[in-house]
Order: sequence, then C-alpha cells, then structure tokens
Amino acid sequence: MKLRTVLAIICARLVHTAICFFHLGNGASLPGALARRIDPDILSTLAPMIKEKRIVVTGTNGKTTTTRFLCQALRAEGKTVLSNETGANLLNGIVSAFVLNARPGRSLPDYACIEVDELAARRIFPLLSPDCIVLTNIFRDQLDRFGEVEQTCEELQKAASQVPHAVLVANCDDALAAAVLAECPNPSVTYGIPEPAFQRAHQPLSREGVFCPFCGERLHYDFFQYGQLGVYRCPTCAWQRPTPDYILSQVQAHNGQYRFRLGRHQHTVPARAALLAPYNLYNILAAYAALQALKAPSARFTALAGRFDFTNRREETFHINQARIQLHLAKNPIGFQQKLALLQADPQPKDLILVINDAPPDGRDISWLWDVDFQLLADSHLLSLVSAGSRRLDMALRLKYENIPCETTTQIRSSLRRLTTQGTKNLYILVNYSGLKPIHQMLRAWQRRQTKKKGVSL
Amino acid sequence: MNLTLGYLYPDLLNLYGDRGNLCCLQKRLNWRGIDTKLLSLAPGQPIDFSQLDLLLFGGGSDREMELACRTLPALRPDLKAWIEDGGVLLAVCGGYQLLGACYPPGKSWDTLRILDIYTQWEPRRLVQDTVIDSPFFSSPITGFENHAGRTYIGDYAPLGQVRSGYGNTGSHGYEGLLYKNLLATYLHGPLLPKNPEICDYLLTRALERKYGNGIRLKPLSDEPEHQANAYMVRRSRRRFPR
Repeated sequence: MKLRTVLAIICARLVHTAICFFHLGNGASLPGALARRIDPDILSTLAPMIKEKRIVVTGTNGKTTTTRFLCQALRAEGKTVLSNETGANLLNGIVSAFVLNARPGRSLPDYACIEVDELAARRIFPLLSPDCIVLTNIFRDQLDRFGEVEQTCEELQKAASQVPHAVLVANCDDALAAAVLAECPNPSVTYGIPEPAFQRAHQPLSREGVFCPFCGERLHYDFFQYGQLGVYRCPTCAWQRPTPDYILSQVQAHNGQYRFRLGRHQHTVPARAALLAPYNLYNILAAYAALQALKAPSARFTALAGRFDFTNRREETFHINQARIQLHLAKNPIGFQQKLALLQADPQPKDLILVINDAPPDGRDISWLWDVDFQLLADSHLLSLVSAGSRRLDMALRLKYENIPCETTTQIRSSLRRLTTQGTKNLYILVNYSGLKPIHQMLRAWQRRQTKKKGVSL
Repeated sequence: MNLTLGYLYPDLLNLYGDRGNLCCLQKRLNWRGIDTKLLSLAPGQPIDFSQLDLLLFGGGSDREMELACRTLPALRPDLKAWIEDGGVLLAVCGGYQLLGACYPPGKSWDTLRILDIYTQWEPRRLVQDTVIDSPFFSSPITGFENHAGRTYIGDYAPLGQVRSGYGNTGSHGYEGLLYKNLLATYLHGPLLPKNPEICDYLLTRALERKYGNGIRLKPLSDEPEHQANAYMVRRSRRRFPR
C-alpha cells in the first residue's frame, strides 16, 4: 500500500472516531472526503483489495433494502462484507465505507456491497470496478435534480458500459431498466415477477416508460405490478419483456406474512418473509438473482428471508403513550403510492401526519404530489389528518382537491403529543427525506424516555 | 351548463404533476354545479375540435416530446383554426414549446408551429421556484420551472414579468405568453391549483365561448389556494431581495 493511502486511511479513521466521540453527526461522508483529499486515487486502490466480489446496487427505489439484504445474506454464509449500509451513496460516503474497513497491512473483507446513487454511478463504477451491478428500477424521482427520467436511464447505461465485464442484474419487469440492459455490452441476468402480485391501490396516476424505448409505440401490458412494472410487449417492433432468469411466483399474502417461491423457472424453492409492503418482494428477488449471478453461496438465503427485518430507519414502528406510531419515508410518487396502499390495507381506524419538505435532499419541486392518488385516503379509516413541513400548505391544497379535510401545523411536536394521547392510538407518519431524521430522533427519544419512566406521558 | 375538457396525449405529456391542472379545472367546475366531460386524447386519434371547450397540453421529457411530434402535425390545421376561433388552451412547459418551432440539439422535430415562436436548447437547465407578476391577473402567479429550452416569443404578449425565477429565456425577464384564449407558460407545480384566478379565467373564457358573454362564476372559498400561493410569494421575497 502506498504511504499516501496509509496516511489517508489513518486520518479518515481519526476523524471518524472524533465525529462519533463528540456526536458531531453520523460520520458517513466526511472521512471519505478527507481521505480523497489526501489520496485522490484511494477508491481505485482499495476496491481491488476486496478478496472475492464487488457488488453495486443502483436504481430509484429499493437500493438500501436490497444492499442490506445482500450484506446479511453473505454474512449468513460466513463471509465478511463491507458496505455503505447507512445509505450514504455518493462518492464520499462510499470512500468512507472503504477507509473505515481498511487497516494498513491487512486485507479487506470478502465482499463489498455498495449502494450507488444513479447520477453518481458514472463516476463511481470505474473506480469500484464491480463484478456485479444490480439495477432495481427507474422511476420519476427528484426531477429538479435528475432532469428527466430518460437522463437517468442514459447515465446508468453509460455507467454500466464503462465496466463491461460486470454482470448487470436487472429488473426486467421495468421496461426502462430492461431498455438500459439491452443497450449495455455487459453480460446480463434478469429477474421478475411473472404474475400479478399487487393490488389496484398500488397503481399511480401517471406512469413512466409505457412507450417502447426502441420504436416509440405504446407498449401493451398484460398487467401492471406497480408503477410501470409489469409484463409488457411492443405491438410494433416485437420488443418485449425479457424472460426473467430468476422469478418470484405463487405469492400469497396474509397479515403481512408472504409466502412465495423463488428461483429459476421450474426450479423454484418455497420461501416466506414478513413484509410491511409487497415491493420488498422485488428487493428479495434482486438480492437472490445477484448472488446466483455471482455463484456466491446462498444455502441460507430463504431462511434469512424468513427472519429478515425489512423495517429500517425508513419504516419504523414506535410505541409512545400506548399508541403505535409507524414512521415511513415516502420520497417520490411511486414510493408514496405504495405507502398509501399500506395505510388502506390496515382496517383499523387511524390518524395520519404527512410531512412534506422541499429542502435540497427532498427535491425542491413538489409537483409530484399531484401524481399520487390520494383518493385512497378517502376509504382508509382516517380519523384525522395533519399536514406539516415546509410545503404543508401545498399538501393541504392537494387534499382539498380530493375532498379530504386536512389541518396544517407548524408544531409537529404538539400534534404528536395530542395524537398519541387522544387519537386512535394508531398513528402513521409519512415523511419525505429531510424530515425523516429529526422526526425519527424525536420519536426514539420519547420512546426511550417512556420505557425508562413507565407511565409518564410526553 | 357543462364543459368538455380535452387532455392531449395524457400518457406522453404528463410530467411534473400536469394532471393537477386537469383535476383543478374539473373540481372547480363541479363545485359550482357545472358538469364536465373529459376526453383523453391519445396520439393518432382524430379530434373533433367542435366538441372541445378547453384543451390541456402538458409537458414531457425530450424523448416523449419527440414521440408526440410523430402525430401532432396531423392536428395542426384543425387546432390552429380552433385557437384562432378562441378555443381555450392551456399549454405548460413542453406543450408551450411544441406550439412553436423547436430546435433541440442534433434533432429535428416536426412541431405544431401554430405560434410564431421558437425554442432553443441550452445545456444549463433553468430550475427554480418562480413568481411572476401578470397584468392580466391580480395575484402574483407562482409555480416551479424546469426547462432546458429558451423560448423566444417575438411580438406576443408575455403572461407576465418575472419577479423571481427565470422565465422564457432566463434573461429577458418575461414568462409565458397569452394569445387570444391560449395561455402558455413554463410554470408547473402544477400551475392552476395555486393560481385559482387563472383557472377561473380559463373556465370563464370557455363558458363564454360556449354560452355567450356575461358568465360570472360563483365565487369559491379559496383560502388554502391563497395561503399556498402567498407562502411561495413570501418565500421568494426572502430569498431574492429586490
């Protein structure tokens, strides 16, 4: 290892220790930024030191869960894994993950599982030189940053083409992902769900990519799963959904318990998983296909699916004042629609707080609120609805046009106090990006205080 | 009374919550007891403009606009005659551009060329919350713009003057255009819900065209609309002191 690299690692680790010691944040990006300052080539130096394989996960939705699942699946097989599991998916966050796992003179873990932002992929893939790229899906997301969805497709296509030896594992139910796959020189592996597994409630008002990427004709869909995912074919140029190499089929859901079969056609094995939302089926399948594509060990995969905790900081349940509070991240129209479907599926009376911000990480353009079918809330047994966040007035306005009454508040804390003590005791909070962390911290602190001093209310 | 609303190419031109404009038009008619009929106009389908009272022309990505150009020119003569006859049209972003000539880099689109305006593409996208002051409307107009095209409108009357944001070209200080009953703008967000005055203006024009002059729409309580509008106006002052 070069002296410069060693120095970069030592400095980054010191900074990370200091950040953690003084509680100056989560330390996910700064160590990486510093390491790159000292050794600009650090990622391309460290990446090849991974002993077995490097996997990257990109796409609009499902990156974090798929990455986390892959990590645990590999660890279950006794492998050591390096990952940016916190979701810091830009260059600095990824470099941080590497330097904090590296010790001068010692080798790196067996695997690297790295979540990569779609627009950062073109820069990061050549540095990481992955053995496998997982492409989950491509949806309308943060249009002020991504421009148009076609630009995201183009970026991903260019990114994958730069590392033509990496196996591209793509969700072929997504015509946009399948089109990227078709334009890349990489060896390909596809996965999909060949039968309808989602309800009508999951369908958005506007869809991307329902036109043939090659000839422009309107695609014919046998059915939609959610968003533009489904089984499609072009009536004119005969382009069609590739037959998936790996499938998830015979889905049966009961009270959040999903049973299904997983594997190659004719060679599927039974599996089950506890899921809040069915879109996680795609994340399980993506992870499975990636491991198969790399011929990585996967004997314990289905056992892991059965016990894997799909909730993360983006969908977590708290108990405060005997109320159950579910906090969900909903950051783009497709994701939001899935969360509303989740609410509707819960037959209990409930209260809802919607937190819509337009800070840079959220996307400053919130026009996508009008692409979400909020009419679902009309029969979701809602007893009250409060809108908060910097764009609470836009949210309330959106709901006015669905004839759904909504209060607005700038005092989310007092709304929470009121709803946990006087409400239905079944509170949902849907929040877009920038509100997630502060609300999560607030709820966690309250919950902790309550478990310490039982009986004391907020 | 009733109005027939047309939405041009809903599967192609639906970017940036364009559906919200349709929803706003429909609801504000329904709340006043006026019936609406919606026509989703798919590419290639012939359109009977005599049946149409109000037409929405939304935005799309460059690729979607290119696909729209395959079938749009066939509509040119009828649509042009309809606009000249006072047909009420709201064109947003891509729809605005497609009404004139478009010069995207390395491509040639056969656009509508109904208006004598043209759009050139530049690498830097103009992305911003926008507030404009319009001589035609009493409230400031708020929305969000996100476009790589710069639209040059010649002698047409602009919709308004940019208070904050970019507007048609990013440098001339004007946004959108108004020609007869055609209102074209880069503002989405979507445009109409936060600017109900524009929505009611378009509805009044359409009703008058159909039922004769002197239509007065029943006032609605627009508290949430005005609050959402005022918030964006206030914020733009804070961010861009004049």
